[in-house]
Amino acid sequence: MSGMAGQRPALSWAVNLSVLALVLLWTIPTFGLLVSSFRDADQLSVSGWWTSLTTTDRNIVERAAAPTDDGAQTQVGEVWVIEGNIFGEDVGIVSRFGWRAQEPEAFAAGETAEMRDGQTMTVEADGSYRLESPEEWEGRRGQRIFVTSAEPPKFTTDNYNQVMFSEGLGKSFLNTLTVTIPATIIPILIAAYAAYALAWMQFPGRALLLAIVVGLLVVPLQMSLIPLLKLYNGVGIGKSYFGIWLAHTGFGLPLAVYLLRNYMVGLPREIMESAKVDGASDFDIFRKIILPLSFPALASFAIFQFLWVWNDLLVATVFLGNNEDQLVMTGRLRELLGSRGANWEILTASAFVTIVVPLIVFFSLQRYLVRGLLAGSVK
Amino acid sequence: MSQLLIAIGTMIVGVGACLLYFWGTNKALDTIYPARGENAGANILRANSIRPWLFLGPAIVILTIYLVYPVFNSLLLSFKDPAGVEYEGLANYKQLLADAKFRESMRNNILWLVVVPAGATFFGLLAAALTDRIRWGNIAKSLIFMPMAISFIGASVIWKFVYDYKGEGSQQIGLLNAMTTSLGFEPQAWITLPFWNNFFLMVILIWIQTGFAMVILSAALRGISEETIEAAVLDGASPLQIFFKIKVPQIWGTIAVVWTTITILVLKVFDIVLAMTNGQWGSQVLANYMFDKMFRASDFGLAATSALVIMAMVIPIMVWNIMEARKDFK
Repeated sequence: MSGMAGQRPALSWAVNLSVLALVLLWTIPTFGLLVSSFRDADQLSVSGWWTSLTTTDRNIVERAAAPTDDGAQTQVGEVWVIEGNIFGEDVGIVSRFGWRAQEPEAFAAGETAEMRDGQTMTVEADGSYRLESPEEWEGRRGQRIFVTSAEPPKFTTDNYNQVMFSEGLGKSFLNTLTVTIPATIIPILIAAYAAYALAWMQFPGRALLLAIVVGLLVVPLQMSLIPLLKLYNGVGIGKSYFGIWLAHTGFGLPLAVYLLRNYMVGLPREIMESAKVDGASDFDIFRKIILPLSFPALASFAIFQFLWVWNDLLVATVFLGNNEDQLVMTGRLRELLGSRGANWEILTASAFVTIVVPLIVFFSLQRYLVRGLLAGSVK
Repeated sequence: MSQLLIAIGTMIVGVGACLLYFWGTNKALDTIYPARGENAGANILRANSIRPWLFLGPAIVILTIYLVYPVFNSLLLSFKDPAGVEYEGLANYKQLLADAKFRESMRNNILWLVVVPAGATFFGLLAAALTDRIRWGNIAKSLIFMPMAISFIGASVIWKFVYDYKGEGSQQIGLLNAMTTSLGFEPQAWITLPFWNNFFLMVILIWIQTGFAMVILSAALRGISEETIEAAVLDGASPLQIFFKIKVPQIWGTIAVVWTTITILVLKVFDIVLAMTNGQWGSQVLANYMFDKMFRASDFGLAATSALVIMAMVIPIMVWNIMEARKDFK
């Protein structure tokens, strides 16, 4: 709160508004995705999500009942009549209609349109239509009716049903979980022991090892992919969960060791010294004192690793197969982008399914994440 | 479901095996060199010189296999043919330099390296400075930080939707084109515009990374001593002067850390380009170029060579990081 002293109201307004603008800029894209994922697919494809609470104008082409169907037409006095409602079970309000593709909006709702040979068409605002003809209607296909209808906003969870069960995202969700759980937990213990040795044990080469860990922090993953793929294929664990668990363990280890070491080095020396005086071994000290005290750092790393593994596409593409049993959510989303690129109802719902778990973790454990970031980068 | 059980089982077995290893080796060490009897002193010394390596053992083995060995192996592969069998000297390097797509990737990567760290650091600093002055600052911070949790591919879908383009005359459902048309301009297929599309892709990474920069810089700003600021206030400095002349100079070190961290990330990110354009329309970058050579062309030699180029660009930062860290270790 520094610098608050002597703040003028105008400045305070400017600050508040600027932050509001930043926050909107940073949240609106995600918000648009969320809203769109719940919209009716037909409405989504013709109107922006920001209009989702207003009515949508939609052009519909429907066919009237076919003349050859039983009971489709009735004779009323001199004329033959076909009646029905173009909306079926949907709701909508017809504003314009037409009977020819060239002039789909030629008539206002309620007017009577003259067609060929004395036939007429009337479409009311509620969608009910009436076709009249001086002679019996013929043909197996019904007359086409073009309408412009104003539809009330429609929200649905159908998109989610579709992506989870028909597009295979549900299975991918399980695959992602399968990758993430062991890959998050296994590195922690290995890193914690190494971090303790680097923080509190005296041995030759310690400084060099620390420098190597710091160096490995920034080694690009791309370097490791090909050599490891060849190694995996040689050993026979190419494209398996076992391989990817180990790979994520390896890639996460430098950060884990670095974070935990930085945290452990800050623990009070007196605790360890008094324990040593009491005859505790390093092993006991680590197990009974350091590990419980390091919980915040362990949690920070676990969150990092969880987010990173859950969101990873590269490692999964290289070390897992493309089949139903191994395709993770990020990989599935990438496939959908290729195959269903224009179906925004599928893409928005799928994207939201992939990001919802990280978002929950993020908002509920943000404190640890921030602490970890600070320990990991500010020196 | 069964694979999930296997995963949980593996996790338990893995953690159990680690525990067993650490407990077992320590027990063995204490048995071989007991800390009592006539040689107690010497035994303790010996045990203490071995124990660190027991603690470090698994980590060293894994780091060696997964990160150290691959660096050297990639170096070897870069001198080999596509299958990674026969040596062919500098052929890969020559081919890389002759490839127009590689030169395009280099140019774009340099653009990314300038724009993304600058953009993210700028917005991060702005957000940090402003949110620290208002009551709902923590909520604002949370929301700006949120994209950090979203995968690159998820973020790409979010932004592809913002950039969506429909032919002229139809209703635009992409936010950007809706704004463009409502201002009276023609809608554009943003991500296919050569050169400028790079910037539309960079926006995505800036959007993700600003939260990171904000969190770190905000902590640094709060760490500045009150005295310098009070002195400046007494001298009649305006808020802007205080910010740029008193606060920013005191956090240069942190700004450098943020900048380099994002720089490293920029070199590694390939998901965004893969999902948005896959390198078409002049938007290729090194990481995706490498991925392309590895997966589509199956040219391991060339892919390893392009990975080495990324590594070479990381090395200056790596050296700087190590030197900075060594100051701390002493």
